[in-house]
Amino acid sequence: MSIGLHKSDFANPVIRWVDSRLPIFTMMQKEYGTFPTPRNFNYFWNFGALAMINLLIMIATGIFLAMNYTAHTGMAFDSVERIMRDVNYGWLLRYAHANGASMFFIVVYIHIFRGLYYGSYKAPRELLWMLGVVIFLLMMATAFMGYVLPWGQMSFWGATVITNLFSAFPLVGETIVTWLWGGFSVDNPTLNRFYSLHYLMPFVIFGVVFLHVAALHITGSNNPLGIDPKGPQDTLPFHPYYTAKDSVGIVAYLAVFALIVFFFPNALGHPDNYIPANPLVTPPHIVPEWYFLPFYAILRAVPDKLGGVLMMFGSIAILFVLPWLDTSPVRSMRFRPLARPFFAVWVVSFFVLLWCGGKPAEEPYVTISRVAAAYYFLYFLVILPLLGRLERPLPLPESISLPVLRGGGPLPAGAMSKPMEKA
Amino acid sequence: MVGFRSLKALVLGAGLVAGLGVQAPALAAGGEIHLPDTRFSFDGLFGHFDRASAQRGFQVYKEVCSSCHGMHQLSYRNLRDLGLSENEVAGIAATVQVMDGPNDEGQFVERAGRASDRFHAPFPNEKAARAANNGAYPPDLSVIAKAREGGADYLHALLVGYEEPPAGMQLGAGMHYNKYFPGHQIAMPAPLNSDGQVEFHDGTKSTIDQMARDVSQFLTWAAEPELEQRKAMGVKIILFLTVLGGLAYAVKRKVWADVH
Repeated sequence: MSIGLHKSDFANPVIRWVDSRLPIFTMMQKEYGTFPTPRNFNYFWNFGALAMINLLIMIATGIFLAMNYTAHTGMAFDSVERIMRDVNYGWLLRYAHANGASMFFIVVYIHIFRGLYYGSYKAPRELLWMLGVVIFLLMMATAFMGYVLPWGQMSFWGATVITNLFSAFPLVGETIVTWLWGGFSVDNPTLNRFYSLHYLMPFVIFGVVFLHVAALHITGSNNPLGIDPKGPQDTLPFHPYYTAKDSVGIVAYLAVFALIVFFFPNALGHPDNYIPANPLVTPPHIVPEWYFLPFYAILRAVPDKLGGVLMMFGSIAILFVLPWLDTSPVRSMRFRPLARPFFAVWVVSFFVLLWCGGKPAEEPYVTISRVAAAYYFLYFLVILPLLGRLERPLPLPESISLPVLRGGGPLPAGAMSKPMEKA
Repeated sequence: MVGFRSLKALVLGAGLVAGLGVQAPALAAGGEIHLPDTRFSFDGLFGHFDRASAQRGFQVYKEVCSSCHGMHQLSYRNLRDLGLSENEVAGIAATVQVMDGPNDEGQFVERAGRASDRFHAPFPNEKAARAANNGAYPPDLSVIAKAREGGADYLHALLVGYEEPPAGMQLGAGMHYNKYFPGHQIAMPAPLNSDGQVEFHDGTKSTIDQMARDVSQFLTWAAEPELEQRKAMGVKIILFLTVLGGLAYAVKRKVWADVH
């Protein structure tokens, strides 16, 4: 490799001067300007960009909240109320941050749904997918610790229930819990370390997001047809086509976000969290935030504590091996007539678990959770591995630019034996 | 893509059902309690506080509730938001004695309250409050409208919901029957117990229902003093985003015109 200046094509002399020494402009141009992107994205492909925007909103609002928040059991609740009353636009910062967490999960759940439906996890994007699962786990940890900070009743009791889960592990369980708490109950040391970690984690997420995007820019994006672009006729430069399309999505997303923040700011929260934490009074129902309810339902569906904890973590861990559980070489479910209904039932089971998680742990919700949880796992562990062998996929289009194969046209040569050009 | 469309409908339907289920009140376990809808002025997209009602509500709080319930998040100066003048606020604050200090001699002295002081607390601490209230702790009311399922509707219902217990129901010692309280047994005796209990200066007839409405209005303002500014800003932002969305969509159509 030759030593010296990078050869820069920018006309502006200042940009060229910088770019020839540090080619960030060339990089931006390559990755976000001319980056070849499949031309057939639908609006589901907006949600990656939306998640990125959401992360930035959370970091920006969070930094200003941190300037006014006091991480102390005796002062946290009142410091949050002071933000709501006496800090300029403090109510806006806090409601945007609290509801921003809900928006983040809505966006990421749709992003994951899109990946599952269009087979974005399959080769060659396995590592890209796994990095995504890491981001999802980090998000869950961050959101959980953030919910503890206002030090309301649900903060305290949610923290108590969730940290206690670790006590289920034999031998090391109790030690882990003491270590998490920084003592022998959820108390001031717990609040302090959660605050510290809650501030740290978003930057860790940011780092993994960078890797996620870097991996994406090696393999390129999947697309609704799930077939690889075969040349320039199948792609468009990212700018202006997808910057324009993402802009539409971003405005729609902001409108939904604004509707919640300005008109229903407490609809997604629990009223009990406006009661200051009290270790002596247990709320009648301890429920986590809505976005954890499916996993909470799986936890409670298992009669054994350790079993429940393992199933709950397993329900997310299973996503790591999904690229190898799904044996079908066809990515998009548009061409998988059998997988489609099974996946639809899986999505329903996810929402059923979400619903059950918010209900008290009694009949009929326990039985319903068990059925839904069983299907959740069955889909990944049995149905997907078998379908790849049993299912006869529909003929794949020849290319993205020639997708029209209406009325069951002739199978492209070798479509059945070799459904994808490049697996 | 019929299959995909029906999948979308299914997922959307399931999502809606789940979403509604999550919102179901936590009261459900104690038997379904239906709150009467009180229709407050602050409901809806263009909601605002009824200042006269909130001022009357403050009077109810001051003359009735404040003997047991504190509101420590509020300062007297906040009352200016309700349309009270600076002098009126100073006058209200001056009616309480505040322990201040230490002064330059190191002494703590009592002085008349100022607008910058927090609302006077009825009890020095929780133990004193419990000792004076048959072991029950009257909660702080600063954010009570946000801390109860149903908000202002619930507060209003609770205050008018006292009645004789149904035949055969055994109340605990010192407990009272309230048809809207979860479990129906509440330690607080009916605070609003007779029409005309509070004499409103503006001539409004102080029925129990009226007092309950007014104090619920006041408590909602106390819990969400930003509500009016929030909703007004929300309307502007939604309008702005609607226009911006139209423009963004037009730009997208124009950019994509040559490839469709």
